[in-house]
Amino acid sequence: MNTVPLTEVAAVIRSKNAGPYELTVDIMFKNESDYLSLKKINYFNKELFAELYGIPVGRVMKVVYFDPAFAVKCTMVRSTVSGAPGDTDIYGAQQHAPLLKLRVRPHEKIGRRTTRSKRGAATASADPKRSEGPHA
Amino acid sequence: MKKAAFKVLSPTAILGYGFPEESFRRGIEKKPDVIAVDAGSTDPGPYYLGIGKSFTSRPAVKRDLEFMLEGAMKLSIPCIIGSAGGSGAKKHVAWTESIIREIAGERGYTFRMAVIHADVSKKDVIRAMRKGKVRPLYPAPEITPDEVSKSVRIVAQMGVEPLYEALDRNCRVILCGRCYDPIPFVAPALQKGYDEGLAIHMGKILECAAIAAAPGSGSDCVMGTLFEDCFELESLNEQRQFTRLSTAAHTLYEKTDPYALAGPGGLLDLRETRFEALEGGRARVTGTKFVPAKPYTVKLEGVKHAGFRTISIAGIRDPILIGTIDSVLDTIRTKVKEATGFAGSILFHVYGKNAVMGAQEPEKDSTPCELGLVMEVIAGSQQEANHVCSFVRSTLLHFGYPGRISTAGNLALLYSPSDVPCGEVYVFNVYHLMEVDDPKKLFPVNVYEVRP
Repeated sequence: MNTVPLTEVAAVIRSKNAGPYELTVDIMFKNESDYLSLKKINYFNKELFAELYGIPVGRVMKVVYFDPAFAVKCTMVRSTVSGAPGDTDIYGAQQHAPLLKLRVRPHEKIGRRTTRSKRGAATASADPKRSEGPHA
Repeated sequence: MKKAAFKVLSPTAILGYGFPEESFRRGIEKKPDVIAVDAGSTDPGPYYLGIGKSFTSRPAVKRDLEFMLEGAMKLSIPCIIGSAGGSGAKKHVAWTESIIREIAGERGYTFRMAVIHADVSKKDVIRAMRKGKVRPLYPAPEITPDEVSKSVRIVAQMGVEPLYEALDRNCRVILCGRCYDPIPFVAPALQKGYDEGLAIHMGKILECAAIAAAPGSGSDCVMGTLFEDCFELESLNEQRQFTRLSTAAHTLYEKTDPYALAGPGGLLDLRETRFEALEGGRARVTGTKFVPAKPYTVKLEGVKHAGFRTISIAGIRDPILIGTIDSVLDTIRTKVKEATGFAGSILFHVYGKNAVMGAQEPEKDSTPCELGLVMEVIAGSQQEANHVCSFVRSTLLHFGYPGRISTAGNLALLYSPSDVPCGEVYVFNVYHLMEVDDPKKLFPVNVYEVRP
């Protein structure tokens, strides 16, 4: 097992409205190298968030890597407009849970944990989701 | 000639959220050029704009304003309030104005005050719409003039331009209706010709006060200092500091894209922005650019009425009922609708199961030992909502579901009275950009001499 829980390498995992029609989630990493290694393989992409949240890819508006904060941001179309009948989270502040179970494979960690890790890294880069799906 | 440092004191993230007296006092000692605060947000949802009330409490807002007015009077500097009363419509502005006048009366203050409204008439929106000058802010949907006419209230977010007149007339207090959040913090600096990109970026951080510091807080004071080619941030509470990371990270907060932040008249471009830590728990920011947009647009926010709500709250501890809860609730909904002929909404929020994330809940199969249930009815009148909610509650309380062995009652009702009328329900129905020829025209400035 050379994946690590996202909660181990991230300092902040949160969700919030970005206006009443959008939900935005932020993941901020503790260190730059973990962040950069996952950015390099584009680990966080629209398809990953669509799968995590069980929504069509078309409802994932944007995934942005923000280097100054070692952060990834994903903005999605809210399933219900904030405060409309049926909405369950007016501020959108408790929609981050699907990310808490995610396991990731930053290159750094692989290097540290197993000495011959090139193959593992290559696999992650070819298809990060196959071995590290959100429900794994 | 190089511009002098321009200091902006931001006491709290939202007017009424409070701040330690000591932090504020330290801020005043540093002789700021302006005290500014943001009072608004759409985060609390559509109700507050619809009903015309604030989501903060009057005593809390009054307490914060007492300190701010005292500081502004002492230093003879402007005190600027953005998005008064939370939603920034006339009713919200009037509510805040009454608090300011009350303080002036109690303290014996005499000062000049500008009040800038941000309400937009439906007629004006529809007229602009017909000229093709209104477009939805994706993912808000396209709407028709007919939909606009259903709005109970529409406000526009003002840019900096309407504030210039108030500043020219030396107003001690500038009370703004709905406002682009950074504006109260940067209007005086922009009038003096400071760089727009840096000023607005600083305003974006200051409008959340110490939320951008570490550890973050929505109720503590910070100071922003604008220079010609950078701005600096410092906490006014020694328990917090601005770090490179906390300052950079704040750019992500509640935004769609941290590299491009749109506002009235243009957008902030952060692609070249640099964040650095300074000694003494301060941070410096450079490189942010403002890109003007043509034509000038303002953001509209409007809500419409969508009925009346009544709720009832109960717990469920019986494992047999917990095991079959979804089908029981479906049956209750059907039975009540049949018995009453009710065509409105009956909603169940099952806490412990999927009340928070609904269909997006990834852990669908967990079985808790108890559930929290909120029964919710939305109807055309409060009376009807009360009636149907009462019927939902009583039907569920005594429903004989398959396998039931607890035959005395199905619900641990939390309160007597068991049902709570919640009043009007509103929904956002306008969230659009409107092109304007003149950024001041929508926002009339009225100036008053306030006396005790």
